[in-house]
Parts: sequence; C-alpha cells; structure tokens
Amino acid sequence: MSRWKISVDKNLCICSAMCVAIAPDRFVLDERQRSGPVEAEIDPDDEVRDAAASCPSEAISLVDAGTGQPVDLD
Amino acid sequence: MTVDSSPVKFTPALPGKPVPEIATISGGRPVFRGELPDGRIVWLVSGYENVRQMIIDQRFSRALAVAPGQARQGFEMFAAGSINGMDPPEHTRLRKLVASAFTARRVEALRPRVAGIVSELIGAMAARSQPADLVAGFSLPLPAQVICEMLGVPAADTGQFHAWSDTIIGDWQRDSGEIMTALAELYGYFGALIETKRAQPADDLMSALIAARDDSDRLSEQELTVMCCTLLIGGHETTANQINLSLLLLLDHPGEVATLRADPGLIPRAVEELLRCTRLGGLPPTRVTTEDVQIGGVTIPAGEQVIPLYGTANRDPSVFSDPDRFDVTRDAASHLSFGAGVHHCLGAQLARVELQEAFRGLMGRLPGLRLAVPASELEFKPGMAIHSLRELPVLWDQP
Repeated sequence: MSRWKISVDKNLCICSAMCVAIAPDRFVLDERQRSGPVEAEIDPDDEVRDAAASCPSEAISLVDAGTGQPVDLD
Repeated sequence: MTVDSSPVKFTPALPGKPVPEIATISGGRPVFRGELPDGRIVWLVSGYENVRQMIIDQRFSRALAVAPGQARQGFEMFAAGSINGMDPPEHTRLRKLVASAFTARRVEALRPRVAGIVSELIGAMAARSQPADLVAGFSLPLPAQVICEMLGVPAADTGQFHAWSDTIIGDWQRDSGEIMTALAELYGYFGALIETKRAQPADDLMSALIAARDDSDRLSEQELTVMCCTLLIGGHETTANQINLSLLLLLDHPGEVATLRADPGLIPRAVEELLRCTRLGGLPPTRVTTEDVQIGGVTIPAGEQVIPLYGTANRDPSVFSDPDRFDVTRDAASHLSFGAGVHHCLGAQLARVELQEAFRGLMGRLPGLRLAVPASELEFKPGMAIHSLRELPVLWDQP
C-alpha cells in the first residue's frame, strides 16, 4: 500500500490545534503554536485524513507518496 | 516588571462612532490595565503580535472567564455552556464533531445555494417599493436561511428564534432575567426539534449531531442542544451585521464601490478588507489567565481578566501599511477578525462565502445602491455584543 506525505502550510495555519486534537500522534505544534507533522511520510491513517479534512484553514496537505496525487479527504 | 500605575478609564466606542486612539489612552503601553464602564478592572492587549499571541495561548482561558463567580453579562451566560466558553480538551471534543462541516471545501459546495438565496432575496426586494429595509429584506434572512438549511431548522421559525437570539446576544445591558428566559425558551425549542429529528433523521447537521450522541455517545443531550443553539445564533446575527456595516463602509467610499463594480473579481479581497476595517462587536469576550503570563513586556498575574483589542491588531501599521486607508485591492487576509487559535470562528469560511455572494449580488443587481437616510440617523440596538442595526433603509436606480 502506498504511503502518504503530510505537509502543513504554516502561513495558512491559524493555530486552531484541531489536527493535534484529532491525530495527536501525527501533528505537533511549534513554539508559535503552528502545526507541523511529526513524521512527513506515514502509512495511510484515517485520523490524519480526518485532521486534514477538519482543518479550518485547509493548511494540511496530504498526498500519495507514490503518485503525488492528493489523498481523497471524503 | 511591576504594574506602575492605576487602571485607565476605558469605554468602548459606541457603534458608528470613532474608536479612541488606544496609544493615547494607554500612554503608549501595548498591554495595560483598564477600568471598564461596569467597574471591572481588566488587562487590555493591543497590537497584532500581542493580540495574536494572547488568543492562541491557552493560558488565557475562556472557561475561567465564564465560570461561576465571574461577572457575566448577556452573551457570557450563553457562552458558559457552549464551545465558546470552554477550554481544551472539552472544547476540542465538541468542536471536532462540527469542524468538518465548516471547512472551506465543504462550504464551497454550498456557494451555489447561497448565491440562489441572495438572488431570491434581491428579487423580492426589487419587486417591492423603495426605500427597502436591507436588514429585514436581505442581511438578516440570508444567513438565517443558510444556517437553518445546514442545521435542518424550519426556516419558517426564523422570526421566533431571531427574537430569542436578539435578546441573548443583542443587548448586554438587558436584564439578565430576560436573557435567561430567552435562553430557556431557545433550549426548549431545540429540545423539541431534536426529538422530531431523532424520530425522522434527515441529511443535515442536526441529524449528524444526534447520531454522534446516540450512536457513539460523543456528547451529552445538554451539549447537543447547546451546540445547535450555538450554531444557529453564531450563524446569523454576526453575518447579518457584517453585511450591514460593510455596506455602510463601502457607501462611504464611492471610489472603492466603482472599483468593485468594474472588477467583481476583487470581491473576495474586498470582503477581507471589509472584515479588517469594520468593527462588528463592542468589547470582545474576556479571557482569564491560568498562571502568570508575560506578554507585551509585562507580566499579567494568574487569575486576571484580559481582553484582546482586535481593532488595534487589524490596524497595526507593522502588518497593514497605511492601516486607516480602506482599500478593496489590499491583501488583508491576515486580519484577526475571526480570531485565531482554538476559538477561531467556526463559521469563518461560511461567513466569507455569504459575504462574497451578498456583495456580488448587491453590487451586481442594485445599481446606484445608496442609503435612503443620512448615516447619522441610523439606529443601533443598545448593548455591546454585536453592533446591530435596527433598520438600513436603502434606495437604488430602477433599471
């Protein structure tokens, strides 16, 4: 199964911490409360998908590491 | 650093009146103590970085600010049971349940329906005699209809729940007994509606929340009721008056109106600038420090009430050049009008879509749109929570 690449656009992040709440093992806040991934490449994980889908500013990008295509968030 | 002086008198400007120059009041201190008209002594935080730091730092607690024993006015009594008055992890557990319904992606899918409601409302106004009251005919029914459809509330009940919402958040000087009565009635209304939906679920947000309660026990019955009320109340008075205040600001700047009419592609950008420049509320919700916190060069002790001055953030010259100039072509998207951090406005993306479609409709279909009375004669409802216009009489050129 293909792996996923997670990235967070810190310029879009509004520090809602929703991702950390939904997937606490996958996201971490920096000293300015902005989110970033714990690991940039992971096995597919429904919690991460939920976190990306629930980010109010859509700052989380999730792509298939093999194809580079965005992961379907629905 | 010690607190070197007694609190300065701090009176929030009335709606439609100029905002006092904070630097003058505070003697140039970005974080200072103020005495409010109700006698409360609070810390006031100004400037973009300080305000932003404060509202994302969870040591500034909303739960403590609405806890029993704190002076609570109007909206705060309602906030006490809602996500607005909670801290993580309680806040997170509840907000997670609704967050995905309000993302930009999900809200974008509602845009055609929002545009359709805009079109219907403008059509209905145009079919009647002028002047028209934009509040009753457009700015209030638009967001009310949208949030009703999202939640699954019968739009026919709009008048009733608007009266409750008006009592609860419209006027902080109102007798607290009246506010509690309105709250009890609103909770009763939703309690009954939840039972109806429970028996006959539909494809709406209220049914989804009921399923989250009944299928996986992710929230209590009380939390379910309060969440529905929060979404309904949060979803319409705010947007309605953001439309009103935005239009007032625009009409005061005919050159900017001409720019927008010439290039409707600027509307999303103009909406951000309107959000930056208008002042929708009076005094923002208070937070209380959970421990001593350093901010803006001072230490605020634990247990103190603190209020962020969003207007000073949105007009901070280090972030927005020539900040007092209203410019619809400016990139103003980093304004803090929706807040930031865990309490960032849940409905921000929905409000953006509603505002964009509202102004696309008003600019596109009502040429020569203008006030029917001098701006100085417009009346705001009393209170400090939301700057809420009673009426907004407008005229436009008949095609």
